[in-house]
Amino acid sequence: MNKTWNNAAWLLVVPVFLLVAFSAIIPLMTVVNYAFLDIFGPGETYWVGTDWFRQVLASDDFQGALVRQLIFSGMVLLIEIPLGITVALAMPAKGWTASLALVLMALPLLIPWNVVGTIWQIYGRGDIGLMGWFVTRVLGLDYNYTADPLAAWITVLVMDVWHWTPLVVLLCYAGLRAIPDAFYQAAAIDGASKWKVFRYIQLPKLRGVLLIAVLLRFMDSFMIYTEPFVVTGGGPGNATTFLSQQLVKQALGQFDLGPAAAYSLVYFLIILLFSFVFYTAMSRIGQAE
Amino acid sequence: MRKRSLGLILYFVFLLLPIYWLLVMSLKTNQEILGPITFWPENLTFQNYFTIFNDPSWYTGYINSFIYVVMNTAISLTVALPAAYAFSRYRFVGDKHMFFWLLTNRMAPPAVFVLPFFQLYQTFGLFDTHVAVALAHCLFNVPLAVWILEGFMSGVPREIDETAYLDGMGFPRFFFTVFMPLIKAGIGVTAFFCFMFSWVELLMARTLTSVNAKPIAATMTRTVSAAGMDWGLLAAAGVLTIIPGAIVIYFVRNYMAKGFALGRV
Repeated sequence: MNKTWNNAAWLLVVPVFLLVAFSAIIPLMTVVNYAFLDIFGPGETYWVGTDWFRQVLASDDFQGALVRQLIFSGMVLLIEIPLGITVALAMPAKGWTASLALVLMALPLLIPWNVVGTIWQIYGRGDIGLMGWFVTRVLGLDYNYTADPLAAWITVLVMDVWHWTPLVVLLCYAGLRAIPDAFYQAAAIDGASKWKVFRYIQLPKLRGVLLIAVLLRFMDSFMIYTEPFVVTGGGPGNATTFLSQQLVKQALGQFDLGPAAAYSLVYFLIILLFSFVFYTAMSRIGQAE
Repeated sequence: MRKRSLGLILYFVFLLLPIYWLLVMSLKTNQEILGPITFWPENLTFQNYFTIFNDPSWYTGYINSFIYVVMNTAISLTVALPAAYAFSRYRFVGDKHMFFWLLTNRMAPPAVFVLPFFQLYQTFGLFDTHVAVALAHCLFNVPLAVWILEGFMSGVPREIDETAYLDGMGFPRFFFTVFMPLIKAGIGVTAFFCFMFSWVELLMARTLTSVNAKPIAATMTRTVSAAGMDWGLLAAAGVLTIIPGAIVIYFVRNYMAKGFALGRV
């Protein structure tokens, strides 16, 4: 669709600009300010240049959290995307079962994130939780997410799969419904196998929604805070401390303004890099269609 | 086909069991919860719900959450509608940069903004008010609203605009009487998403409030007391946070997926 040039359209964008600028630019300037200064009190500020950045980048806390974060986000994508596609393919296409399936599917997405944490905190406990009880008593496995790092990881990961796979399912489901029947009829005439239908019709048509799903999942898992905070508190040790939690600990817990601000900027730049790739890919797809 | 539906049923069991467990737990007494495991409450009790509905320090949490969520949805939609129209219909200086900048705010980790927000809102005297949380949530909801609405608006043929302008209709009249009814579904879905993301967010809501505007999510941490966790009460509070969402989903179920795809399916 070719749009017309009209600079007066800016007037329509001004309210959004002002509102978001108030919430985004002023705080961001504060962060930038802190990142380069050492503040002892009012009027006692010293320019420290890139010291804070070097300190943050070299710290074990940051590096550890970053590595854990990358592994976590990678695993989230590896599990949720294939699972989401599979479930979406199996979802009923019409009738009351389709409506019911959609409503149930969306349920986890609307639960406040701390309640998601609470649900799994309870669910995974050996004494009062159904899953914890099943794993420890019925299967007889040694499972305790508050003491064992591996169990904590599995719990947080399963929780994220439970929480966010429905998003992938809903996206793929919408993508699948948008494929015209004629495509399937043509495939039936050619005698194409189920796998070929998936590989050459459904998968290419899902490309757009899958891209959105991958990037939304990547970015949201990259900012995960509340759920592991409630379930494991980042522990045991710091086995499930991801970037956001490390940052909040530093900023509000210890009130280390300088390092926390430098940390924020590094964190934000990583995300910004990914959003740029995302945006470019999105607009390419938009042009191709 | 049979194998496929069996797999789907298994997935739904995985999906619903944790919620079932929360619900069952909210209907049990604490003795029963801490005792040997039972799959169904033996002494069915609604005591946990009575406690919440009768204790102001509990139910004001829900009221506070509702106030800022509704405020946020209203603000987000009001500013996003005209902006989304501009992005979907016109090219103007810096439009692409502006759009990208908006998106970066949706992608900014809230943790980055927690500290400066805390100070900013204290400077403006907004700390511990509903407006503070509503404004803070605009940071990610306004870009999202612009994004989704733009997707829906791009699906409306431009000929409709041109015909209306040729007929001598002014922009405000065209926008409210012709255009908005055409994207009703999009507006509904966008409202749903603003509601949802504001409702589920905790980090900012908790940081920017202390007493007067404390959200339910923060109130829930109260169940840890000297006597140990009050699990039944915690579960009941959790169940009550799920209900508003469950009601709203029903109304938008057919458009929901399109919204998640940012109006681009």
